[in-house]
Amino acid sequence: MAGVATWLREPNPTSRWQARAGQGYLSWLRFCRNPLAMIGLAITVLLVLMSLFAPLLAPHDPIAQDLTHRFIPPGTPGNWLGTDDFGRDIWSRILFGSRITLYIVVLVILTAPVVGLIIGTVAGYFGGWIDQVLMRITDIFLAFPKLILALALVAVLGPGIENAVLAIALTSWPPYARVARAETLTVRNSDYIAAVRLQGAGAARIIWGHIMPMCLPSVIIRVTLDMAGVILIAAGLGFLGLGVQPPLPEWGMMISSGRKFLFDQWWVATMPGLAIFIVSLGFNLLGDGLRDVLDPRSAGR
Amino acid sequence: MEQSDIPGHQAPLLRIARQAGATTAQLLVTFIGLLAVTFIISRVVPIDPVSALIGERATADQIAEARLRLGLDEPLWRQFLLYVWQALHGDFGLSIKTHQPVIQEIARFFPATLELSTLATIIGVLIGIPAGVLAATRPGSLPDQIVRLVGLMGYSMPVFWLALIGLLVFYGDLGWVGGPGRLDASYDMMMEFEVTQYTGMVLVDTALNGRWDMFANAFSHIILPASILGYLSMAYISRMTRSFMMNELGQEYITTARVKGMPERRVIWVHAMKNVMVPLITVIALSYAFLLEGAVLTETIFAWPGLGRYITDALLVADMPAVLGGTVVVGAVYIGLNMVSDLLYRLADPRAR
Repeated sequence: MAGVATWLREPNPTSRWQARAGQGYLSWLRFCRNPLAMIGLAITVLLVLMSLFAPLLAPHDPIAQDLTHRFIPPGTPGNWLGTDDFGRDIWSRILFGSRITLYIVVLVILTAPVVGLIIGTVAGYFGGWIDQVLMRITDIFLAFPKLILALALVAVLGPGIENAVLAIALTSWPPYARVARAETLTVRNSDYIAAVRLQGAGAARIIWGHIMPMCLPSVIIRVTLDMAGVILIAAGLGFLGLGVQPPLPEWGMMISSGRKFLFDQWWVATMPGLAIFIVSLGFNLLGDGLRDVLDPRSAGR
Repeated sequence: MEQSDIPGHQAPLLRIARQAGATTAQLLVTFIGLLAVTFIISRVVPIDPVSALIGERATADQIAEARLRLGLDEPLWRQFLLYVWQALHGDFGLSIKTHQPVIQEIARFFPATLELSTLATIIGVLIGIPAGVLAATRPGSLPDQIVRLVGLMGYSMPVFWLALIGLLVFYGDLGWVGGPGRLDASYDMMMEFEVTQYTGMVLVDTALNGRWDMFANAFSHIILPASILGYLSMAYISRMTRSFMMNELGQEYITTARVKGMPERRVIWVHAMKNVMVPLITVIALSYAFLLEGAVLTETIFAWPGLGRYITDALLVADMPAVLGGTVVVGAVYIGLNMVSDLLYRLADPRAR
């Protein structure tokens, strides 16, 4: 272990790989000094583990109904978060629900930032009328409140998890396009781009190989900060009955089904909401910490 | 900085007017783009607008007549122009559920949302700005950490869940506030017949009519949803205030003021605040716009007869003209707020002119 740490801290790295690893190690140390960010990382890791091992961790079947065990209050052995109106164990449902949440988040962050990145870099690199047109389109999508556009889209496409993902992705790309365009404008006229162009590289190669990598840090920070927002919108769609359909255990939908029993069996709606809250708080803390590490300009903001 | 200090700025108002014209043109383009999106959505809907309007068992002649009336036989681009033309005149068609013009229904539902989000913004500003300033003046201290954490929690909470918990605790358990709806049921009829509706906003109307008993009742109903939305806007405003204020306090003119022996309170609240207010205007306008979105989910929980509930109710019965009309109106309000904040920004900051 000591050997690795010395290798990482070597002030005169002998290879590009060592230099990069050393930089990463320093960033990691800086990240570790931020306790809130570490909590965020812990929550995120826990979410991933929960969804991976849900079948092993869950004490009960998340879907099978057991009407003899309806509305068991939390704290009861065997059902420590209680049961819902169909006698299903809420903890087991939350565990399996984490898979749906993670699925939606992963699909959205694999699509929206990529679309935004392409549109933003192309607009920034070419400028002129291409920039005008692409940025106008971006403005139009920014002019809609996200949730309402997602609602209208799901209303057209029909409820369901894939359509919810599509609607959320379609409403989330514009900020990435803005960020990517701004970054592109700052590097577009730099010498290294001119050098690549003189070597005969085409626009596609320049954008893909030399501009996009420069935009990645800002986009990644935005992605972590956006993940909480994606979870909240997905939960909102689920709450309105437009996301995942029953009996699948989606957190937002679980809240909406617990709403009917709010005053008598408060835990049915409260527990899944707590899960949403903790997970999105985790993403927000992580994103905040990452921003402080990766983007020193905005540190402390 | 006074305007007269800067050479070449003899007619700042004229300049602002010209820039406002350019901004308006740009916004009009955005608005038409917004209409293009809703138009595309409305044309891919699997619901047949003709059968929705005249029923399934219409004769062939009736269908042809309805298609002609709706302009469905025209080429697509003419349909779109017609759509834009009608939308600019506030015509979003008839609601499929109620057969009333969508725009009239929206006009009836909008004041409730306006009232709710205005009160929420007031709460957010009154708490958020002092909290942000407090955090900025003592970075790293306990108050700073608390403001940051409370703000992050606001960013992370599903608003509909918070609303349910609020209802459970403050209405169900403690009984401090009125429940769902804008008034108690006993006052609902009175509101209908005994109160002149000037604005459609209950608080304003009851106050104008001098019905303070009803005002108090309406207040007990609105305070919980407004506080919950206000918390969200507080989270955003305090965070931005902190960041702007930190930035401002690092400037040299602040050091000068302090060296001159000016009391710290005056340095912060008069000198720095003046400059913080400029970007903060945009933030407040944005948070106002973003409350419209939070209102969609909150209104469904508090049975609040606002635009958000109108849209979600229409969604459940697949009443697409109502959904799209509501979407366009919310989008237009969004665009309008952006324009207002842009104008205020230019008025407040001479450098932006």
